[in-house]
Amino acid sequence: MKTYYNPDDLKNFGKIGEFQKPMADKFFEYYGEVFKEGALTAREKSLIALAVAHAIQCPYCIDAYTVDTMEKGCDEEQMMEAVHVAAAIRGGASLVHSTQMMNKVKEISM
Amino acid sequence: MKSLKAQQHPLSKIAYELEVLDAPVKGVKFEDKLAESDLFPLKPTQIDILQINMGKMCNQVCKHCHVDAGPDRKEIMTKETMNQCLNVIKNGTIKTVDLTGGAPEMNPDFRWFIEEIRKISESIDIIVRCNLTIILANPKYHDLPDFYKKHRLEVVSSLPYFTATKTDSQRGDGVFEKSIKALKMLNDVGYGKEDSELKLNLVYNPSGAFLPAEQSGLENEFKKRLKNGYDIEFNSLFTITNLPISRFLEYLLRSENFDNYMEKLLEAYNPVAAANVMCRNTISVGWDGFLYDCDFNQMLELKVDAPASQHISEWSQKALVEREIILKQHCFGCTAGAGSSCGGATA
Repeated sequence: MKTYYNPDDLKNFGKIGEFQKPMADKFFEYYGEVFKEGALTAREKSLIALAVAHAIQCPYCIDAYTVDTMEKGCDEEQMMEAVHVAAAIRGGASLVHSTQMMNKVKEISM
Repeated sequence: MKSLKAQQHPLSKIAYELEVLDAPVKGVKFEDKLAESDLFPLKPTQIDILQINMGKMCNQVCKHCHVDAGPDRKEIMTKETMNQCLNVIKNGTIKTVDLTGGAPEMNPDFRWFIEEIRKISESIDIIVRCNLTIILANPKYHDLPDFYKKHRLEVVSSLPYFTATKTDSQRGDGVFEKSIKALKMLNDVGYGKEDSELKLNLVYNPSGAFLPAEQSGLENEFKKRLKNGYDIEFNSLFTITNLPISRFLEYLLRSENFDNYMEKLLEAYNPVAAANVMCRNTISVGWDGFLYDCDFNQMLELKVDAPASQHISEWSQKALVEREIILKQHCFGCTAGAGSSCGGATA
């Protein structure tokens, strides 16, 4: 069955330079730098990436950072808490807009 | 759960296991990678460690066990073979005796053997790979922590994670709780304390088809969680990669993770880890006295390539040092990422 997403395509991510090499090289260099141990640990960065992957709903990123967080020693509870952080921000982002709705309601109501 | 052997599972037949393991990974053989690193043929550096498998009997049936150990395995090292090991320890260059199994403590001559090693040398390092639950399995084992202490053994114990769910899913129901009790007993006699000479080291291996975390970071996490949660202390954490043989191979094939896992090992090949593989300074002794390059080759029945010295009774230091180490695709497990050995990361 044909689908828009093919899990095997994740392995080909590194080949995007085939169509535009200089930009791809710069991107991957930057990407590698971002995920290095720094003020945040590589483990913390991996959990952030997992949460963001869920927020942007990228199947490739979810696969990649599920494996990566496990390979950084995280367990399922920690991983699910990271996803809840993404969910809380996404849910909160909708709900905080309700203040605009409330303002408008009050503006046009007697 | 029964061993693969008791189930008469196809993977309990070594010829079939070797056939599965013989396939190149993306067209690459392990020897090819070693040749790229100028390490082929792989030769020993010296022989420092004698790792002795005292038998395949175990009180646990762990899902990933490369020995296929369990209560239904009856292969046990005899006193005669132990005496042959003692001769090598007495006359050779061995610095460390590493006792494994199964549960080595289930060998009826386990204590005698250690007492005899200590008669030969007070200073030789003796490691016991204790699965922890054996200490609680029967009243006759309850004094093992005192026995280890008396003979100054280094205790190395598997604890796949600091939570019950992950530990029990790999090692069996209730194993985490019993392991915590056993660790407390070891701490109580002085093992694992920061300033103690009684070393208690833990082993982490992934509960699935992925690579282990970076060793020092995970050690800090384990120390924090075990201290805060259970008031348990230990010295070092060794991270070990699961090698694709026996029960772990069965899991990989059954879960259709085999190809991806082998590709992951290949892509993570690290030449520094390859130079430091444990088979370069270790000889593994089987329960029946035959000699192997490592515990994994032992389970694959790949005897050392030294025709004149394939059994402990015919030990020839010269022949063993000059041999070529036997390589198969499972060796990618020891060279992936930060490397893997019975003492943890190697790179």
